[in-house]
Amino acid sequence: MTLHTPSSPADLAAVVAEARRAGTLLAVAGGGTRSGLGRPVQAAAKVSTAKLSGITLYEPAELVIAAKAGTPLREVTEALAARGQRLPFEPMDHRALYGTTGEPTVGGVAAANVSGPARINLGAARDSMIGLKFVNGLAEDVKSGGRVMKNVTGLDLVKALAGSFGTLAVFHEVCFKVLPVAEGERTLVVAGLSIPRAVEALSAALGSPFEPTGAAHLPATAGEAARTLIRIEGFAASLAYRTDALSKLLAPFGGIETLEADASAAVWAEIRDAAIFSGTDEAVWRLSVPPSAAPALAERLAPLSPRIVLDWGGGLVWAGVAASGDAGAARFHAAAKAAGGHATLVRAPDAVRGAVDVFSPPAGPLMAIQRKLKASFDPAGVLNPGRMYPGV
Amino acid sequence: MAIAFPAPRADVLAKRDRVVAALRAIVPGEGVITEEKERRAFETDALTSYRRVPMVVVLPETTEQVAAIMAFCHAEGVPVVARGAGTSLCGGSIPQEDAVVLGVAKMNRVLDVNFADRTMRVEAGITNLAISGEVAHAGFFYAPDPSSQLACTIAGNVAMNSGGAHCLKYGVTANNILGLKLVTVEGEIVEIGGGALDSPGYDLIGLLVGSEGQLGVVTEVTVRILRQAEGARPVLFGFREIAQAGQTVSDIIGAGIIPVAIEYMDREAIHICEAFAKAGYPLDVEAMLIIEVEGSEAEMEAMLARIVDIARRHDVATVKESKSAMETAAIWKGRKSAFGATGRVADYICMDGTIPTGRLPDVLAGIDRIVKGYGLRVANVFHAGDGNLHPLVMFNVNDPAEQVKAEHAGEDILRLCVQLGGCLTGEHGVGIEKRDLMREQFTEVDLLQQTRIKTALDPKWILNPAKVFPLDAPRDEAPREAA
Ligand SMILES: Cc1cc2nc3c(=O)[nH]c(=O)nc-3n(C[C@H](O)[C@H](O)[C@H](O)COP(=O)(O)OP(=O)(O)OC[C@H]3O[C@@H](n4cnc5c(N)ncnc54)[C@H](O)[C@@H]3O)c2cc1C
Repeated sequence: MTLHTPSSPADLAAVVAEARRAGTLLAVAGGGTRSGLGRPVQAAAKVSTAKLSGITLYEPAELVIAAKAGTPLREVTEALAARGQRLPFEPMDHRALYGTTGEPTVGGVAAANVSGPARINLGAARDSMIGLKFVNGLAEDVKSGGRVMKNVTGLDLVKALAGSFGTLAVFHEVCFKVLPVAEGERTLVVAGLSIPRAVEALSAALGSPFEPTGAAHLPATAGEAARTLIRIEGFAASLAYRTDALSKLLAPFGGIETLEADASAAVWAEIRDAAIFSGTDEAVWRLSVPPSAAPALAERLAPLSPRIVLDWGGGLVWAGVAASGDAGAARFHAAAKAAGGHATLVRAPDAVRGAVDVFSPPAGPLMAIQRKLKASFDPAGVLNPGRMYPGV
Repeated sequence: MAIAFPAPRADVLAKRDRVVAALRAIVPGEGVITEEKERRAFETDALTSYRRVPMVVVLPETTEQVAAIMAFCHAEGVPVVARGAGTSLCGGSIPQEDAVVLGVAKMNRVLDVNFADRTMRVEAGITNLAISGEVAHAGFFYAPDPSSQLACTIAGNVAMNSGGAHCLKYGVTANNILGLKLVTVEGEIVEIGGGALDSPGYDLIGLLVGSEGQLGVVTEVTVRILRQAEGARPVLFGFREIAQAGQTVSDIIGAGIIPVAIEYMDREAIHICEAFAKAGYPLDVEAMLIIEVEGSEAEMEAMLARIVDIARRHDVATVKESKSAMETAAIWKGRKSAFGATGRVADYICMDGTIPTGRLPDVLAGIDRIVKGYGLRVANVFHAGDGNLHPLVMFNVNDPAEQVKAEHAGEDILRLCVQLGGCLTGEHGVGIEKRDLMREQFTEVDLLQQTRIKTALDPKWILNPAKVFPLDAPRDEAPREAA
C-alpha cells in the first residue's frame, strides 16, 4: 500500500486530488491506534496525518486550544495540564482494548468523536469541537467554525464531521474549547446492586443537583461484588458537601464507600477504556440507549454476555461476546433497536467486521440523507470507503 | 434599502389560488390564512425594518400535515419559510411575496416527560419557557435560556442554535438536543436520535441545529432536561474603567472558575436597563458585570469569595450581592430586557458578533470609534464569558439616512469581530441580515461546501430562500450522487 504523509494542507489537498484523478481509494489514518474501529477499509493507498503536527494556538484564559490533526493527543493534554486545564470529554484510549501501540492523535479523536464517562455532564468531543479545517473528497481545503466559543455562522460542518471516521474529509486542524481541571474528585461506591437497582441509583444521582461527572456500574468479579460508581468533582468544601448530600440520597441503595483522588481517577480510567475487556479474545459491543432501557437490554443480552458494564448512568452499555460467527451482530443490533438506541461492534476480527454491520444502520430515509451528505463532501467516494457503512 | 430581496417569481404568484386550495385540503378550517391584513402579521420578525407580506400562511397541527404541505410545495416549486414565534433578530423568518409561511406555533404540546432519563419530547411550536415550566414542579429545567424565552419556540431555537445568559456553563441549544423529527423538503418524515446521548451515522442533529430552516422542517424535538441547582446568586460588579471589567473576566476564567453566567453591560446599557427594571444597578460606573454562581449556600459563598477577590485586584468600585429571590429576579429582568428597554429609548439594530475574550478591550474601543464615526450611539451588552457581543446601535427609524448609517456601523462592527479572530454571529444567526457579509468569514470553497449540503437536501432551494448564503454564493449545478 502506498503511504502518503503530507506535511501541509496544500500537500494533503494534492494527495487527495491525485487519488481522485487516478481513481485510487484512500484510507485515512492518524496514529492508527483506533484502526480496529469501524469496518475494514479496502484501499490501495493511505494518507496519514503524522507530519501535520503541532499545537497552533493555546489561550488558557480563553479556554481554547487548536492543534494540527496529527498532533499526538498526549501533547495537547500535557500542554493543558501544565496550565491546570483539560479536554472536557475525557476521550477513551483504545490502545489497551485493541492491543495497538503508537499515539492517538487529535484528528482521530475528532473523527471518531471519542468521548468518555464525563460525556454525561460535560458533553462529547463534538460538543467541545469549535473549529475544523479539512480537505474534502474534492481536494478542497475548507474550514468551518473557528476559535471562539459561540459561533452560529453558516451550517455547522464541525458537528457534521465529528464522528465521520474520515469518510467525508481529512481533517488537518482541530480547535477545542477546554475546561479547568477540577480541584478535586471523589467517587461514591455502592456495592452489590443488581443492574436494575444500579440504574435507579445512577438515575437518582443524575437527577440530583449535585452534578455527577461520572455514573457507571461495574459487574461482579471473582473476588468482588458489583460496584455502582458516582463521581463528583469540585473544590474541597463542595466535595464534602456533595458527598454528604449524595450519601443521604443513595442511602436506600446500601452503604457508601468513597474513593479519593488517585483511586477515583484510576477506576474512571478503567471505565473509560472498557478495561475489563482488554487482553481477552471476546468481541466487544458498545450500545447507546436511553438509560431506563438498560436493565431490560442487559437482561436480554445476559445469555450472550456474562459481563456487562454500564456508563453514562446506564445510557452506555459495554458487553463482551464470543467472537465467533457474526459476533452476535444480529442480536445486538435488534436489542439496541428495541431499547431505542444503537449498537457498535467496537472490537472483532477484520473478517467479522467486514461481514456484519459494525454500526447500526440508520432507518431507510435517514440512510438516504447520510448518503447525500457523503456525496456532498466526497462524491467520488475516495475517502475511507466503507468505513462506516457499505459505500459510506 | 441595503438588503436585497429577489424579485417574486411570477410563475409562483400565478398559481396562488391553486396553492391556497391545496393547503386548504391539507389543513382544514382556520389553519390557512389568506386575508391580506391577517397575512400582514407574518410580514416580518424582530428585524422589523424589513417586511414582505407572504403569499399565504399555513398553520398545521400535525407532522403529517407538514409532510403533505412540503410534498406539495416541493412538487410545485413553491418557496416555504418555516416560522416559530417570529422573534429572529437577523430576519431569519422574514417571508417573501411568493412564499408560503409554514408556522408551527399550533404544534405546541408536550409529548413525553421522562425524569428517569432526564429527557422530554415536545412539539416544535412550544415556547422555550413552557418547556421549563412543564418540569419546574419537579425541580428540573431546560437549560438554554434566550432572553426571548417567553415567546420564542424550540423550533426557532433549534434552527438558530440559540444561546442565552447561562450558556457559559450549560452550553447552547446544540448541546442540549437529543432527537428531532424532521420533515424533508420532499415531505418525508424522518426520526433522528431520541432518548440516547448519540445516534448512529453522521451527526445529523449537529448539522440541523443552526441550519436556519434551510434543510427541512422540524416538528418534534427531544431535549435534555437538568435538575436545577440548589441555589443561584447573581452579583453585580461595577468598574470605573472598561479594561478592569475585561481583565476581571479573563482572570476569573484563568483561575479555573467557571461561573454559570458572566454578563457585561456598559454605562449606556446600565442606565437604560436600570430605568426599565429598577434592578439596583450601579449608575456611577463605566462597566458592570453580572456574575452568577450556583450551588448550596456554602458552595456559592466559597466561589463568590474568590471572584470578589479577583475583582478587587482590578479595583472594582461596587460589589452588590443579591440578597433575595426578588432581587435576583430584578437583576435578571434588567439584563434580559436589555433589548426591549433599549427599544423604548430609540430604534436599534442588535449585532451579535463573537470575539476571543482576550480582545474585549480592543473590540470595545473599536466599536466606540466606529459608532462615533457615524455620529450614532451604542449600548453594549455582552455574554462576556464566551465573548459574544451584543452592541445595540441606536438610530431613528424615521430618518432613512440614519438607518443606513446604523446598518453600516453594524457591518463595520462585525468585520472588526472577524478581523480580531471572531465571527459574524454567536447566537442570532445569519438570516438576511448578515448574508452578504459571509465572505468576510468564509472563502468560496468554504461556502461551496455549505451550499452543496443545501443542494443535497433541498435541490430546488425552496426552503427559506435568500437567507444565510449570499445571493451569488457559489453552487454546484446539479446535486451530486455518490459514485
Ligand atoms: C428581545 C429578544 C431577545 C432575544 N434574546 C436572544 C438570546 O438571548 N439568545 C439568542 O440566541 N437569541 C435571542 N433572540 C433571538 C430569537 O429569539 C431566537 O433566534 C429564537 O430562537 C427564534 O425563535 P422563534 O420561535 O421566534 O423563531 P422564528 O423567528 O420564527 O424563526 C427563526 C428561524 O427558524 C426557522 N424555523 C422556525 N421554525 C422552524 C421549523 N419548524 N423547522 C425549521 N426551521 C424553522 C425560521 O425559518 C427562521 O430561520 C432574541 C430575540 C428578541 C426579539
